Amino acid sequence: MQLTNRSKVVVRKEMSLAERLYLPAILGGLFITFKHFFRKKTTISYPEVQRQFTPVYRGHHVLKRDEQGRENCTACGLCAVACPAEAITMTAAERKPGEEKMYREEKYASVYEINMLRCIFCGLCEEACPKEAIFLTDKIVHSGYERQGFIFGKDKLVEPVEADKRVDISGRLKAHRKN
Amino acid sequence: METADLIFKIVFVLGVFGVSLVIAMYSTYAERKVAAFFQDRIGPNRAGPFGLLQPLADGVKMFMKEEIIPTHADKALFILGPSIAMLTACMTSVVIPWGSSLIINGKEYVMQITDVNIGILYVFGVVSIGVYGIMIGGWASNNKFSLLGALRASSQMISYELAMGMSIIALVMMTGTLSIREIVESQPGAHWNVFVQPLGFLLFLICAFAETNRTPFDLPECETELVGGYHTEYSSMKLGFYLFAEYINMFISSAIIVCLYFGGYNFPFLNSLGLSHNLTAILGTVLMFGKIFFFIFFFMWVRWTIPRFRYDQLMRLGWKILIPLAVLNIVITAVVLLFKYDLWNTSIN
Repeated sequence: MQLTNRSKVVVRKEMSLAERLYLPAILGGLFITFKHFFRKKTTISYPEVQRQFTPVYRGHHVLKRDEQGRENCTACGLCAVACPAEAITMTAAERKPGEEKMYREEKYASVYEINMLRCIFCGLCEEACPKEAIFLTDKIVHSGYERQGFIFGKDKLVEPVEADKRVDISGRLKAHRKN
Repeated sequence: METADLIFKIVFVLGVFGVSLVIAMYSTYAERKVAAFFQDRIGPNRAGPFGLLQPLADGVKMFMKEEIIPTHADKALFILGPSIAMLTACMTSVVIPWGSSLIINGKEYVMQITDVNIGILYVFGVVSIGVYGIMIGGWASNNKFSLLGALRASSQMISYELAMGMSIIALVMMTGTLSIREIVESQPGAHWNVFVQPLGFLLFLICAFAETNRTPFDLPECETELVGGYHTEYSSMKLGFYLFAEYINMFISSAIIVCLYFGGYNFPFLNSLGLSHNLTAILGTVLMFGKIFFFIFFFMWVRWTIPRFRYDQLMRLGWKILIPLAVLNIVITAVVLLFKYDLWNTSIN
């Protein structure tokens, strides 16, 4: 009985003399490896040559500021809720008078921590954020020896105020706005 | 022996020793580089230009590593193993003719450490002692993987030595001598033995792979089954000695293949160039090293092409195929020699 028409007949024919000698096959193999000898090498010599990341690469997080250098984050906690790895924790605080130049809205995150050992770089925090405050960048999170060092606070996450030190997230932003 | 002779010999011995060590050292570099190129990679390129200082870095690393002798290992034998492997690897180069001869101050110096009239037998003898290095090391480690590796190595080497010896017999019948120098001298120009003994050459080549524990016959140290085989328990420079011995063996095997089948320092039209005696000799030596390097490359080339044999396949190939073929080769050679001799005799009368 035939269930499908995909069955193949196995042919167990005797090997011919040339096949039993193995030497022609070995010569063929040698020829193949010899061709590879002159092929273009696929290696990328890392520190000197860096492989280009895709524009939507998801690496080190950044907490964005707006054009006037004010933090976007309002500590709403949506990112923490969206995070499947439960890597994000934050403490909200009220903006005091005189701090208008630092925080965009009346509420801000006084503490914002991402545990990079828990983070799976899925980008759901970015998707959940209503204020375009958190983004994943093409920066690589470096390895380390201490677990404690992997809890990144605002000192490592918030981007610098200076215009020339801002983190470029145009690639992610494009993808973000499309959704 | 005169003083000049003595000085030449001492310099030559040190030279050969140094050259074989340096070549073995750079074989490790070449192996990594060749392997990389066959796999579309670049290979070591960080230490020095093109990674040329890599062998030095590896050597320093080997010396700096912690030296571990397992508690249950037999200490004396554990040290003896790699020593024998290294010693026998270095001893074989004695009988190999590295060139014809140099004339210095009107005196002729032969470029060979010693021309033993049983050169080939000497090589075989020393090589078979080399098995003890592996066996003792594997046994002394008191480790199942090592023991299995050592067992495989010894049975493999013994089986393949037989076929190797028999493939040589046909050659010896033709040349009528066991001295390697005389065998080399008997193939002037392009009259290389490989053209008259192709089957013998093939058998010898296959056995040389087996004798040096190279792929496809690297069962004694196959990483996938036996961790490291006989050198599983070895660390630091003792491991270095084993690995180094393998590369020296590869160099010496290539040299012997070249001497026996590829005319050693002979090369077509070399003597008709009209160069001085010394220059011709040096050019011959350079060409011989070229041939040797080709065979070292060939060893590596094969390693990165062919997968490893299964153990029963290895034994079957050795006993059921190579040895009968070697016998057949002897018979054919004998018949041909007999007829040639007869024809030659009748033509003279």
